[in-house]
Amino acid sequence: MVDEIIVQQMLQRKKSNMENQITREEIEHIAWLAHVELTEEEKKVFTEQFNRIIEFFEKIRKVDTEQVPPTYHVLDITNVERQDEVGKSLSQAETLKNASKKEDGFFKSPRIV
Amino acid sequence: MLSIFDRIGKTEGKIHAFVTLLREQSIEKAKKVDKLVKKPERLGLLSGVPIAIKDVICTNGVRTTCSSRMLKDYVPPYDATVVKKLNSEGAIIVGKTNMDEFAMGSTTETSFFGPTRNPWDLNKVPGGSSGGSAAAVISEDAPLALGSDTGGSIRCPASYCSIVGLKPTYGLVSRYGLISYANSLEQIGPFARTVEDCALLLSIISGHDDKDSTSANFSSKDYVSLLKKENEVKGLKVGVPHEFFGEGVDNDVKDTVWEAILKLESLGCTYNEVSISSVSYALAAYYIIAMSEASSNLARYDGLRYGFRQEKDEGDWATVYAKNRKEGFGAEVRRRIILGTYALSAGYYDQYYLKALKVRTILRRDFERAFKEFDVLVGPTMPLLPFDIGEKIDDPLTLYMCDVLTVPANLTGYPAMSIPCGFQDNLPVGMQIIGKPFNEETILRVARLFEQNTDYHLRRPNL
Repeated sequence: MVDEIIVQQMLQRKKSNMENQITREEIEHIAWLAHVELTEEEKKVFTEQFNRIIEFFEKIRKVDTEQVPPTYHVLDITNVERQDEVGKSLSQAETLKNASKKEDGFFKSPRIV
Repeated sequence: MLSIFDRIGKTEGKIHAFVTLLREQSIEKAKKVDKLVKKPERLGLLSGVPIAIKDVICTNGVRTTCSSRMLKDYVPPYDATVVKKLNSEGAIIVGKTNMDEFAMGSTTETSFFGPTRNPWDLNKVPGGSSGGSAAAVISEDAPLALGSDTGGSIRCPASYCSIVGLKPTYGLVSRYGLISYANSLEQIGPFARTVEDCALLLSIISGHDDKDSTSANFSSKDYVSLLKKENEVKGLKVGVPHEFFGEGVDNDVKDTVWEAILKLESLGCTYNEVSISSVSYALAAYYIIAMSEASSNLARYDGLRYGFRQEKDEGDWATVYAKNRKEGFGAEVRRRIILGTYALSAGYYDQYYLKALKVRTILRRDFERAFKEFDVLVGPTMPLLPFDIGEKIDDPLTLYMCDVLTVPANLTGYPAMSIPCGFQDNLPVGMQIIGKPFNEETILRVARLFEQNTDYHLRRPNL
């Protein structure tokens, strides 16, 4: 499978210490993961830009984060819940209003199978 | 209201601050307020006051685009909580303002609808991503506006347009109805031409909201009364971080802000320099975290339930969605989604995302330490004066560097404000004041003290 080859390449690169060199193939793979298409021109331009940006990201490697926990969230709150009570929700018409393709009260999706 | 729209009519052709104008609705609402005026007890705190809202905040029945082709025709079926609050106080929303696409940018140049121009010099950027809101306020299109701030998007345009802009403590203002870019970093906040107006708007929009599970357990305060306790400003301890005056900051900017700090000293504050070394890593940590969150938050835009969709579905669902997203999102948005996906992907997650979150903890600890010694931290808002439209847009990394002074407050969640503190070559310079969490009143007091003893807040551009 194509992705396995790409992941292998990425891990190989890490081992050989060239980890901050992102290739065009990697960008294509990630674009596929993110479901975002790029033009041919963009693939070229982005590769160069990404390498500079990733090099900049590398800065944080120098920070000693031994024993430091990550901060996912700045407030001290977890699992904020509400009572499981049915409240007001959107009508079917309101929900479908912004969809460009719909049929018989359904969102019309592209072919899945 | 008619004179407001007259004014907007005169300025819009030059500055392009708005995406959508609500002329008819606003005039109707104003007529209703005229009738209410005879019963003063029925009036809200902002009855009849025009306000502009950044187009990233949902308004029921009114197009909300995030200045993106993806949401060009999106009409939300609900109001953001802040919009509900403004409506119940009688404010009149005159329009939705231009921004960088999906709030990704510092210049309002990535907008699908074209850039907003700085009212002080139409060839220069107004700052971003809330450029439209800031430009509208300084041009007197509206006295108040709302923006959102993820990495400086309120403070940057406030500085570049010479107005007051505040990013509240994370969790003080509800994010329900704020279209997400980076949800652990962003807050909606007020723009105004004076500190007192900013305080009033803050009082109205802040407070716990059940609909936002990241909303803090704090109710709103009467910031206007709190800010008038001036005697509490004497002896206030101002910290000046070395790192805010580093190499990348323009000398003109440094000089102007230092003059402002000395002015604060002459007004009774004391200041001391301090070093917060983790600030040098804040920008890299910010972009890793923001882009990672963006890749997740923008995954919902596939054209199925809402948003841009090609005429014909060609190919399987993955291809269709990828094409919709290519056509719907501009280059900067796609750049950030891809970089965010990369930072979160297997093999890189620990190295970038998790590492950045640990750097964030270190920065928070450093801030906590600094605020034991000081009441506020002060420095320039932006490292450079407003630059030409088109000057930096082709080099993303140079543009990202503009956020170097504003991102620490987003990473730590601390409140921060920008106020006008001078001009260089007729271009505005802003001073940033960072305060303790949930203690916006101290920032407001310092800002007001400075404002009352200077006249920068009275200057207007020649439009």
